[in-house]
Amino acid sequence: MSQAHELTSSTQYEEINELLSKNKHYKEGFVTTTTVETFEKGLNEAVVRAISAKKNEPEWMLEFRLKAFAHWQKMAEPHWGKAKYTPIDYQDYSYYSAPECGACGGACSTESENAEEVIDPEVAKAFAALGVPIYDDQANIAVDAIFDSVSISTTKREELEKFGIIFCSFSEAVQDHPELVQQYLGTVVPYHDNYFAALNSAVASDGTFVYVPPGVRCPIDLSTYFRINEAKTGQFERTILVADKGSYVSYIEGCSAPIRDTYQLHAAVVEVIVHEDAEVKYSTVQNWYPGDDDCEGGILNFVTKRGICEGKNAKLSWTQAETGSAITWKYPSCILKGDNSIGEFYSVALTNRRQQADTGTKMIHIGKNTRSTIISKGLSAGKSDNTYRGMVKILPSAEGARNFTQCDSMLIGNQCGAHTFPYIEVENPTAQVEHEATTSRIGEDQLFYCQQRGISEQDAISMIVNGFCKEVFSELPLEFAQEAEELLAISLEGSVG
Amino acid sequence: MLLKVENLQAQVEEKQILKGLNLEVKPGEVHAIMGPNGSGKSTFASVLAGREDYEVTAGSVAFNGEDLLEMDPEERARKGLFLAFQYPVEIPGVSNKLFMQTAVNAVREEKGLPPLDMFDFDEYAREKIKLLDMRADLLERSVNVGFSGGEKKRNDIFQMALLEPKLCILDETDSGLDIDALRIVANGVNALRSPERGFIVVTHYQRLLDYIKPDHVHVLYNGRIVKSGGFELVHELEEHGYDDIIQQHQGE
Ligand SMILES: Nc1ncnc2c1ncn2[C@@H]1O[C@H](COP(=O)(O)OP(=O)(O)OP(=O)(O)O)[C@@H](O)[C@H]1O
Ligand SMILES: [Mg+2]
Repeated sequence: MSQAHELTSSTQYEEINELLSKNKHYKEGFVTTTTVETFEKGLNEAVVRAISAKKNEPEWMLEFRLKAFAHWQKMAEPHWGKAKYTPIDYQDYSYYSAPECGACGGACSTESENAEEVIDPEVAKAFAALGVPIYDDQANIAVDAIFDSVSISTTKREELEKFGIIFCSFSEAVQDHPELVQQYLGTVVPYHDNYFAALNSAVASDGTFVYVPPGVRCPIDLSTYFRINEAKTGQFERTILVADKGSYVSYIEGCSAPIRDTYQLHAAVVEVIVHEDAEVKYSTVQNWYPGDDDCEGGILNFVTKRGICEGKNAKLSWTQAETGSAITWKYPSCILKGDNSIGEFYSVALTNRRQQADTGTKMIHIGKNTRSTIISKGLSAGKSDNTYRGMVKILPSAEGARNFTQCDSMLIGNQCGAHTFPYIEVENPTAQVEHEATTSRIGEDQLFYCQQRGISEQDAISMIVNGFCKEVFSELPLEFAQEAEELLAISLEGSVG
Repeated sequence: MLLKVENLQAQVEEKQILKGLNLEVKPGEVHAIMGPNGSGKSTFASVLAGREDYEVTAGSVAFNGEDLLEMDPEERARKGLFLAFQYPVEIPGVSNKLFMQTAVNAVREEKGLPPLDMFDFDEYAREKIKLLDMRADLLERSVNVGFSGGEKKRNDIFQMALLEPKLCILDETDSGLDIDALRIVANGVNALRSPERGFIVVTHYQRLLDYIKPDHVHVLYNGRIVKSGGFELVHELEEHGYDDIIQQHQGE
């Protein structure tokens, strides 16, 4: 078993080499030029109403937005994180942008027979260049492709409908499944949860809606690809994923943005609801544009992701490979309410240049015998800062709860930083909580040692880094594990010396 | 000629350390280099291996007729230059096995040989492990992490045995070894001796040299080789220390 594993890791790593020699830059950094409708910069109640009107939304959705907006105006931008950013001028962003033919977010043509007919050819080209299969083809994955504020195409829907699975853009769900959206929207992440969640609730652009009915095992991976294109446009996706009793789904998201010279704002909210005996695997490969050498122009990534294991024996796993963004502020969390429910968090966060990541998770144990596992691998290179911030909270009701946390940091070079802030609150004496942490450094000495054995510096870094991340990558779906390794290799170019 | 070093001068951080070093190693020869602390032995080894911190300011080094100083460190290694470090480095998270498989395949590629897969490599490694009487589980562990001082040194010689280099440079491999380990390492070195392979053995002690019987012994002092001789020079140094040689040299 371990032999086979090592065989693949050494071949994979040959492929990384090949890739390294090809990719010198952020290859997703191109801009698409097409006719777009973009709102004037600025944010006020009229803008919120206009977004809602654009999307042809029912009254209840507008009310949700307005409530959130009113609340947001009373809140203060959070600056408690380790990641430092200058206060954002929210009036300097546009809150809606869409290629013209998709301007209604799909609300006008609820059932488009042929996706190809309605997709802007320039946008289609962009997704093709990104390797996102927006036409059904043979792809063994269903894709919701989101371009700035709107969803462009959702594939495999009919195939999925046969199982009763709903897989559509959030905007469409508001139109077509209002009862489901109303039932779940804001239940895991209330609009007043935090500053960026409130902002998102007010100006939510598009996102994905997934519902898997009782007892259904989703036969293919579902995925969303987020693309920011317009300059100075915020992306505020809203995703809801519901796994009904005894169902299973694996969901993957990827993202990228063009190279710009000013910061780009991204504030997403994801809510996951896992019912009794159901399981959700939620994987993210985040490759937002990190900015130039000083991270100017990179994405400011403020994300609230949270899931609830509502019923007993429910299971939710978050796996993330975070390599992009100038700033990442993200804590995918699990509320373990059902007895025996399980929460998992597997994370690789890599920072290079002047990137800053403040990421981790919260595991809130409410039900009896709930279990959570946290494996976090932080890699810092260049002049970057990488912070793990995690909370494990065991409430009095969580009889027999268990948590295992392992939090490893690796420093590449000597100008970067790694920080770990574990918060542990145990209110039930039967709980068991374990925490392990390590820090190591890749230095010139190690690289020279490898080189002296015939291994090139880049190979040495890939080998060391992939060894370090193995536990987390093995949790990602196969193709994505490969992509994550490649991303690491690219992101680490020139990180030493 | 395997290695021809002429008037080699090198500095680190503006400080001149090698001040005109000459040395010739023919295939099949074993050269010992001795000399007081700080005389430049490790610096010489590092310069040969291509460490960046050391700047070569004059002189030349030919390795099998090629200009060694023009090559990257990994290229030197692939062409058969091996350095057993005075302080072997730890690499957390990378198994010794994957590390060595990668290294062996890099060298094989240079020779135009196909890479060894996991199974071939396992078999190949097993023979060499016996040679050095190493615990097999050291292969599964991260490179040198948590190894005892002696295990690290032995691991370096094990790597040398796997890579089958043309020129082996051992920098104080004997320091920190217990008597049994010293014998095992010496046996490992002797097993690798061949008419094609050359050795440069840096050491402070006679014991290792008793086992491996060098053809030539040199004394490095203040960045230069100040005395060369046969095996008998070792006994002379053991008895009188470096004082005579140093004084003689300073008088010049
Ligand atoms: N990176 C460096 N920076 C500054 N000085 C250095 C550096 N490396 C070596 N030196 C100096 O160069 C001189 C030679 O060092 P070197 O390590 O080559 O000696 P050595 O002969 O191997 O000694 P030992 O027998 O103690 O191992 C010493 O004075 C040492 O302090
Ligand atoms: Mg030395």
